[in-house]
Amino acid sequence: MSNQPALKTLYDAPGPRGKTLNIIISALCLAGLVGGMFWVISALNAKGQLAPEKWQPFLTADMWRTYLLPGIAGTLQAAGLAVVLATALGIVLGVGRMSQIKILRYGCGAVVEFFRAMPLLILMIFCFQLFANYNLFPSTQMAMAAVVTGLTLCNGAVIAEIVRAGVHSLPRGQSEASMALGLGSGQMMRMILLPQAITAMLPPIVSQLVVALKDTALGYQITYVEAVRQGVQAGSAYSNYIPALLVVAAVMIAINFALSQLAVTAENRLRKGRKAVVKPEEVAIPQI
Amino acid sequence: MEILTEYGDQLITAFIRTIQLAGLSAVGALVLGTILAAMRVSPVWALRTVATGYVNIVRNTPLTLVVLFASFGLAQQLGVTLVDPNSPTSITDSSFRLAVLAFSTYTATFVCEALRAGVNTVPIGQSEAARSLGLGFTQGLRYIVLPQAFRAVVAPLGSIMIALIKNTTIASVIGVAEASLLMKEVIENTSALIVVGLIFALGFMCLTIPTGAVFGFLSKKLAVRT
Repeated sequence: MSNQPALKTLYDAPGPRGKTLNIIISALCLAGLVGGMFWVISALNAKGQLAPEKWQPFLTADMWRTYLLPGIAGTLQAAGLAVVLATALGIVLGVGRMSQIKILRYGCGAVVEFFRAMPLLILMIFCFQLFANYNLFPSTQMAMAAVVTGLTLCNGAVIAEIVRAGVHSLPRGQSEASMALGLGSGQMMRMILLPQAITAMLPPIVSQLVVALKDTALGYQITYVEAVRQGVQAGSAYSNYIPALLVVAAVMIAINFALSQLAVTAENRLRKGRKAVVKPEEVAIPQI
Repeated sequence: MEILTEYGDQLITAFIRTIQLAGLSAVGALVLGTILAAMRVSPVWALRTVATGYVNIVRNTPLTLVVLFASFGLAQQLGVTLVDPNSPTSITDSSFRLAVLAFSTYTATFVCEALRAGVNTVPIGQSEAARSLGLGFTQGLRYIVLPQAFRAVVAPLGSIMIALIKNTTIASVIGVAEASLLMKEVIENTSALIVVGLIFALGFMCLTIPTGAVFGFLSKKLAVRT
């Protein structure tokens, strides 16, 4: 996140020649950037996409009330609901995967691996058709149900892995001590391991929320009313696709960026806190 | 079974399209991601800022939106279709290439972040030794630091590649004829929903599980032992 170089000692402090060179490269880079932006803006301008009347609708209440706000609300609803359900599912699957019972362990493992290998979109299309065939949900909520189901299953599998990594990264002494106290495996998990692991799991789970927010955009393809779809609809209503998509992008980026920062802050705070037994970076699973 | 006889050829073509999308985008993402990572650790302020801004913006944009921008923005507004307009297959080629471009630009941000984490794992002594041998920043990065960084992040790169394979389904939003577009079509024309779902699930598992296995093997084989 920070603008500092990852490793300060990859290079020495520049001398006079180095400084000049750095300034020259900086200037070239900025010139390239400005040139590129100029080209894009002038091309868009030539197409009339930057004309004031294309941007005017964003100042009207109608635009926001009919298109953008319902879309953003839909995105937030689906993502929030999915992350809550996925966390519950993830804890169940993750604990199940560490169970003493063989069938349960392999069963949960198979479920987790299956949903980690499945593209979310395939899952959503499948759920949508499933719900439509068997009338499981009222037709107004079918798309929402499919999006939430898909997100829950995919993210649940990822969170299960986060839970497992969190518990495995606890020091061995924790489980040995609880066994010495005579706790059963279920009690040990519930009273000793999970409470300690959960603090380390928090940052990756917040990052998972960002992933879920971005993935609700897949609902676009199964007619779910979310931000990107509403952006495209607004674009076709006012014939200003580019401005509409830009506004939607700005909103999504702002929300996601804030959430990413929250995850980083949580991680830093946990790292400083003396209570944390597990280092958060041991639990981190690459998010995409 | 009728599904397999009826759609067998189309299934194979669709999954080949998926593989092509994933393969080309993987190459693009690795190249662009490496360049971005090098920019982010470079001593030049402007390069660092530009790369950081790029990563933070693109990484937080939904991929669907990136793909739509490639189609609506680049192709329709700016006229960058990446094809010869006179070729007979220009429309399908154009959406395929735009999809590859979108996936590359999106996935590159994750490659960049992984590589940057990898650069952090390389001991400081390595780049100090490189400098004391008289290597400059780019030489040190190219011959000493990045090769070791790559070997440290093979496993995360594997996860990124698996995510890329799964993400190629999003190309259907601009009409690239890959697996999920075919699935939508098949699922509407048949009643055997579960079978269709399982066929496509199996298809994707055939792609993602071997990829994971290969990267897992490579990460063990290539790990830098200290």
